[in-house]
Amino acid sequence: MTIQAPAGRPAAPTPGHATPLPLRREGPAKLTGQALYTDDLVFPGAWYGATIRSTVPHARLLAIELDPAFDWGRVAVVTADDIAGRNVVASIAEDQPILVPVGGEIRHQAEPVVLLAAADRDTLREARRLVSLRTEPLPPVFDPLASTVVFAHHALVKGDVEAALAADGVVVVEATYRVGHQEQLYIENNAMIAIPRGDGGMTVHGSLQCPFYVHRALRTGLGLDDAHAQVVQAETGGGFGGKEEYPSMIALHAALLARRTGRPVRMIYDRHEDLAATTKRHPAVIRHRTGVRRDGTIVAQDIELVLDGGAYTTLTPVVLSRATIHAGGPYDVPNVRIRSRAVATNTPPNGAFRGFGAPQAEFAAEMQVGRCAEAIGMSPLEIRRRNAYRAAGVTPTGQVLHDDAAALEVLERAAEASEFDWVRARTAAERAGRGPRARTARGIGLALGWHGAGFTGSGEAKMGSVASIELTGDGRIRILTASTEMGQGTKTIFPQLVAAELGVDPDDVEMAPQDTSLVPDSGPTVASRTAMVVGGLLVHAARRLKADVEGRTGRPFELSWRDDARDHGPTRIDERFSPYPGRSFDDATYSGDAYPAFGWAAAVAEVEVDLDTAEVTVLSVVAVDDVGRAIHPVLCEGQVEGGTLQAVGYATIEEIKLVDGRYLNDRLQTYLIPTSLDAPRIETILVEAPFEDAPHGAKGVGELPMDVGAPAVVAAIHDATGAWIDDLPASPERIIAALAGIAPPGPPGMSTVSAP
Amino acid sequence: MHVEPPVGSPRSLEEAYGLLASAPHRPLAGGTDMLVQLTGELGPAPERVLDLWRLDELRGIRVEGGALEVGALTTHAQIRRSEACAAHAPTLVAAVATIGAAQIQNRGTIGGNVMNASPAGDTLPVLLALDAVLVAGGPRGERSIPAVGFWPAYRSTALAPDELLLRVRIPIVDGRRQAFRKVGTRRAQAISKVVLAAAWRRDPAWRDVRIAFGSVAATPIRATAAEAALEGAPPTAASIDRAVAALLAELRPIDDVRSTAAYRLEVSGRILRRLLEDAS
Ligand SMILES: Cc1cc2nc3c(=O)[nH]c(=O)nc-3n(C[C@H](O)[C@H](O)[C@H](O)COP(=O)(O)OP(=O)(O)OC[C@H]3O[C@@H](n4cnc5c(N)ncnc54)[C@H](O)[C@@H]3O)c2cc1C
Repeated sequence: MTIQAPAGRPAAPTPGHATPLPLRREGPAKLTGQALYTDDLVFPGAWYGATIRSTVPHARLLAIELDPAFDWGRVAVVTADDIAGRNVVASIAEDQPILVPVGGEIRHQAEPVVLLAAADRDTLREARRLVSLRTEPLPPVFDPLASTVVFAHHALVKGDVEAALAADGVVVVEATYRVGHQEQLYIENNAMIAIPRGDGGMTVHGSLQCPFYVHRALRTGLGLDDAHAQVVQAETGGGFGGKEEYPSMIALHAALLARRTGRPVRMIYDRHEDLAATTKRHPAVIRHRTGVRRDGTIVAQDIELVLDGGAYTTLTPVVLSRATIHAGGPYDVPNVRIRSRAVATNTPPNGAFRGFGAPQAEFAAEMQVGRCAEAIGMSPLEIRRRNAYRAAGVTPTGQVLHDDAAALEVLERAAEASEFDWVRARTAAERAGRGPRARTARGIGLALGWHGAGFTGSGEAKMGSVASIELTGDGRIRILTASTEMGQGTKTIFPQLVAAELGVDPDDVEMAPQDTSLVPDSGPTVASRTAMVVGGLLVHAARRLKADVEGRTGRPFELSWRDDARDHGPTRIDERFSPYPGRSFDDATYSGDAYPAFGWAAAVAEVEVDLDTAEVTVLSVVAVDDVGRAIHPVLCEGQVEGGTLQAVGYATIEEIKLVDGRYLNDRLQTYLIPTSLDAPRIETILVEAPFEDAPHGAKGVGELPMDVGAPAVVAAIHDATGAWIDDLPASPERIIAALAGIAPPGPPGMSTVSAP
Repeated sequence: MHVEPPVGSPRSLEEAYGLLASAPHRPLAGGTDMLVQLTGELGPAPERVLDLWRLDELRGIRVEGGALEVGALTTHAQIRRSEACAAHAPTLVAAVATIGAAQIQNRGTIGGNVMNASPAGDTLPVLLALDAVLVAGGPRGERSIPAVGFWPAYRSTALAPDELLLRVRIPIVDGRRQAFRKVGTRRAQAISKVVLAAAWRRDPAWRDVRIAFGSVAATPIRATAAEAALEGAPPTAASIDRAVAALLAELRPIDDVRSTAAYRLEVSGRILRRLLEDAS
């Protein structure tokens, strides 16, 4: 790994780059098996909970039938009738029930209907088999293009697309891209334990990303006030967006059973249930019509993007926003029209996954740029050089980019480190000289991307997050935030940032547990916002604390804080987010600064394709990511490597097939992700083009690498074989169809209907 | 596992046969297939289990009477390390090296792979191609069953419920050549989408051609039309074309969760063509 300042700019100040870098806070406990994940937590007398789900994609629920031969006194049974609060999982729209009521509409396979709890698992297993649902089928909708239920839609217009496409000398390139589902596949399944309290309140411990989302869901569903709902994050084995919203559902289920039984209830999903029922990356259909001049200038982009939201709204409108804004890719094009919509189908709801709509949109955008380059006989590197955003570039929402628009820097670094031109000349020569009986083909592919840092539009301003630092009376420095650790490094970089401001050792700074009764609401741990937004609040808070203490003691903080605590007692600083100066977004016109800043990424992949079987080996990926500021370069590199590998899986093998709206790949035996043997050599180059309005310059790193990996790999497959694979994953089945001229598999992500 | 059926642990074959005669038992070897099934989630759990692990009589690899004999309880890891297997059945070594990963190979057995009778079992096409004979034993004595008739239908075998698989016998044939190719979704821990094993002699015409596939039908199969197209034919491009055409006409693969019928058919033809060209 190397860290390079963008050309012409001095290296960013890097006070956090202590040598040696601090170890991951929670690392030793994880490595030695001492970390307590949800299923490791012991609550004496706890019962086990289970969820009875629908097995049809669309139906009216007529009745819930319990086998009268069974002794139901041994089991707690909860239905929609037992919900004290409102029967909704609180989210953007309140359309998703906690449990489908009798008489209500079942909208997907795997929809929760009945909850059971028992003292032991055997009883529970027996009881589950004895609940049946009587339903009256309704016609299901599986084709997103045919769906008339629209969750959200947008139209972004800049310039005059039709006129530009019709102009002389403009080559028009058209294509349609389709991407399927992707599962987050965190190593720890979803898990929640609810403990009823003597005061009528409820405490929930679980595997989750967003404690206050779960908190709100509990208040709504159980009819509790703030003080009576408490959410505590247990050690969490990965999230990737997959534990952003569904934990609210599971927490509600556990809590309803806990209320019914008066005991703690454990709701621990096994992998099969987790795969079958929880949210996935949205499938999408994206049509591009692009006008390009022979000199490589892209003059017009006409884009139509449809996201399949599944059965309920969940986070889909926000995913659509990000997909829409990123749909053109990191290119300054004078005439742009982006029309987008997110629709309902009778499939399990789709939700957050690393990238949040951008990977889908940018896959299509990058494949399309590659197609344009080929149409005019230009190199994929050169066409990107000509069109990539520069400082002062204007995005389709009218956002004017600042000096940190590092698209060209990341592009050039990637081209240089991968020797792109040289390798591409070699693969072209190999292609030209290839005989009909060649065994393998090598190719190289390039992709450029951007990722809006933090929430879209006015999200951050509305959220008003708070992060706090406390100097306790006994002289400890404590960070209080709701930002969760999922393996990405929150607990390590926060103390690092605060320690650097205060001039103390990171080990002197503690992290308060992510417990809603202790910490302020610093917003969800999503959108790559933790380092940038919450980290920025902590830097401000640390500066204020330092000033307070030094003002009182007249000595440097690092020499006086213990004395100050003793003499003056505790000091707590609550830092609330206020919008970055001069940046605003208008929701009504959908225009303005869609993000405070953008991170920029380029990836170059080399692949080898087996020409007999179309198996793809991704040999190497050079990943160049502008993260604003690499607070902890080792963790940062880990994020880039992990995101890149997830993108390789997305590009090549990860696929869910559906029949009648049910996932067929709902076990680890059939949902395959790359193993260590499938992992390419990844060379990470971190670029630091700081976000000037964050006190520490960070823009976030979590999602950025996910945006560019897949189009780089699929472009490399094209370079190797000459085939354009427009559907993800670019599986051997799709590649062989292109090579052999046979029918390709059906569209990814769309359910087929079983033969009657 | 939550379901815990009673387990018998015989120390001799005789004792095992006695238990089998007394009540139906499901044999357990390495358990790498069985334990996945034991949860009861994927089908009924067995009522009684017969743990074979102590039956050392069923272990070991030896060359005897012109054949390579591999005991049913021999693990994939042991086969990978065996010089006798490398010398006489290199395709078997190649096949077991693709099964799961190290942990599965240390525990999983050839007998379990044969008796699990999955159409994707990676050793099965090899046993078909090498004219293996499967030796079974039970309360009524021992009998030998040729591999070609051993898997009559989807996930079933020629054994009676009270019989055990004792060993696999692979005849050693002078001048026989072998090839193996597995196509999975990733480089390890992948169930086959198509798996091919072949054996033949050349004089220089094609002789004793055996072509076997897994994952393209309800059972592992011999591609008899392709074999017939080659048998006695000269090793020319034309004979290879005829064999591939015959194969494409005889295979009837299906779409499933792992792949498509179209892919399986196309790739079966391509890997057979490659194998025959390399062998010509
Ligand atoms: C993660 C994973 C990956 C895998 N990958 C592969 C793969 O790539 N390729 C592949 O082919 N398989 C694979 N398998 C399946 C399995 O590992 C193999 O089939 C293995 O050879 C089974 O052997 P075992 O000894 O574990 O069988 P067990 O599970 O003990 O038994 C399997 C079946 O055979 C019966 N049986 C076993 N021994 C005898 C006997 N001597 N007589 C009569 N009946 C008997 C049992 O009753 C049972 O029905 C995988 C399994 C797992 C869990």
